[in-house]
Amino acid sequence: MHKTWVLAEQRDGVPAGIVLELLTAARGFGGAVEAVTWGTSCAGAAAILGQYGATTVYDVEDIGESLAGPKVAAAIAAQISGGNRPDAVLIGATHDGRDIAARLSVRLDLPVLTNVTGLDTSEARPITEHTIFGGTVLLRAGFTDGLPGLFVIRAKSFAAEAAAPAEPQPPEIIAIPVPETGASDAARIVARHAEERSGPKLDEAAVVVSGGRGLGSSDNYALITELAQLLNGAPGASRAIVDAGWVPYAFQVGQTGKTVKPELYIACGISGATQHMVGMKSAKNIIAINKDREAPIFSISDLGVVGDVTKVVPKLIEEIKARR
Amino acid sequence: MNVAVCVKQIPDTAVPGALHPQDHTLVRDGKLVMDDSDSYGVEMGLQLVEAAGGGEVSLVSMAPNGETSGLRTALAMGAAKAILVSDPLLAGSDALGTAKVLAAAIRRLSPDLVLAGTESTDGYTGTMPVQVAELLGWPSVSFARHVEISDGLLRVQRQTEVGYDEVTCPLPAVVTVTAGVVEPRYPSFKGIMAAKSKPVEALTLADLGLDASEVGFGGARQRVISIEDVESRKAGEIVVDEGNAHERIIRYLEQLKIL
Repeated sequence: MHKTWVLAEQRDGVPAGIVLELLTAARGFGGAVEAVTWGTSCAGAAAILGQYGATTVYDVEDIGESLAGPKVAAAIAAQISGGNRPDAVLIGATHDGRDIAARLSVRLDLPVLTNVTGLDTSEARPITEHTIFGGTVLLRAGFTDGLPGLFVIRAKSFAAEAAAPAEPQPPEIIAIPVPETGASDAARIVARHAEERSGPKLDEAAVVVSGGRGLGSSDNYALITELAQLLNGAPGASRAIVDAGWVPYAFQVGQTGKTVKPELYIACGISGATQHMVGMKSAKNIIAINKDREAPIFSISDLGVVGDVTKVVPKLIEEIKARR
Repeated sequence: MNVAVCVKQIPDTAVPGALHPQDHTLVRDGKLVMDDSDSYGVEMGLQLVEAAGGGEVSLVSMAPNGETSGLRTALAMGAAKAILVSDPLLAGSDALGTAKVLAAAIRRLSPDLVLAGTESTDGYTGTMPVQVAELLGWPSVSFARHVEISDGLLRVQRQTEVGYDEVTCPLPAVVTVTAGVVEPRYPSFKGIMAAKSKPVEALTLADLGLDASEVGFGGARQRVISIEDVESRKAGEIVVDEGNAHERIIRYLEQLKIL
């Protein structure tokens, strides 16, 4: 493996958490590690990317109000068609990452392996790991033909570790042009909205308290927020209550939401659909509170409480407060 | 306003998933149903056509053995017609191969808008709709949580990791919709009866002018190397709440030194 590229999604010069995980994984390949970034503040991001092993940062530069998919895929495809070809491209399973992977796959006419949760880099062609059927089966796969291999990797599949030495040479920044993208790039962002949340970030918190349908009503979600706050944790949610509009998508834990790996996960009124368990089963400790003794969540919890969350959680909150 | 909706017909999700021992594809032998994730696209399509005051919703699907039971559900909701691509040569197709097939089917419909779910429930690859967009040379807006059309321009609220972006996009375009974006209607009895006689055009790979080498196992250029059961987490202690289960939780939190 002589060269691996990592897609480096960044905001205001701060790379997304998954980018550092992917750079760490890319170092395992043994060859050169290079990053591709886009948007403003590339220079700020480059220093951090360098600390995690990137020796070169390709900068697609400011894509303005375009969505990332068409322009970034076109810029990368042009590099590869022009002979600057890595053996593998590692892409985080984010919204923009998936768009870029899809368009790059068509431009290069190459397949993509998605939902990768592990990489074996000891073979000439990397072997991917995928946990399927709710984490009960581990499937290994690989490409049989075509370079570069395109891999879309789930968050928290690798632990991010900075490269040694601690003060590496800053990476070389090379601007790469965006070829004509035509109609495919006609979508425009006209406004951006951040749904503010206080406290630790959901995918970084040591404690996550999540609520589901068993709460009974959206008003009862306040119990989740309060318990999370008392434990210095982050509140999360099942897809069911996000779909029902009780809380914003940014709270969602699961296959289509955030992957979390906290010290402690407390599932309140969550039955444990496969879609949810995929996002939290790697928590170190799991407490589940659910009315239904048969709920699948109990099969993976360290402490299961069969009971009504709206009765158990208020008492728990009172007891924790009484100890302060 | 003509809308094409990608509909995947999948095994009943109540039945545990399984892989074929030889070729490692998902077992899809039994009766197939419409993927729940696609019911949102169908509903969104119907609402946009109603709002535009004319046009129709067409379905595009690729399935083994000419399976139509999932398509009939979407037709019963109100879609006008369907294209179903079935061909033994398609077995083992990956997302890119599937996108090539669906893009070719969509070209025959020349719709104003293509809707799809963000990912299927059984395979959840999550790249196919945007691959279709790139094959067609169209713009795409993925992860839409609200969609409307005014003056021929799509206005979409697109989910982001931190909130949402307001995105405008000219037609034709591909939009992927998240679950919960609309409330899918239940087919009425009249709708179910009408669906039985709605046209489903059955096509093969040759009908679409696609080469067999681009699809199926060969086109996928990937292989499953091994499959093994993962040692699952063991269920721990179970306490039935009789009014004081919170005390057990407190002790557990103390053990973890969280309290």
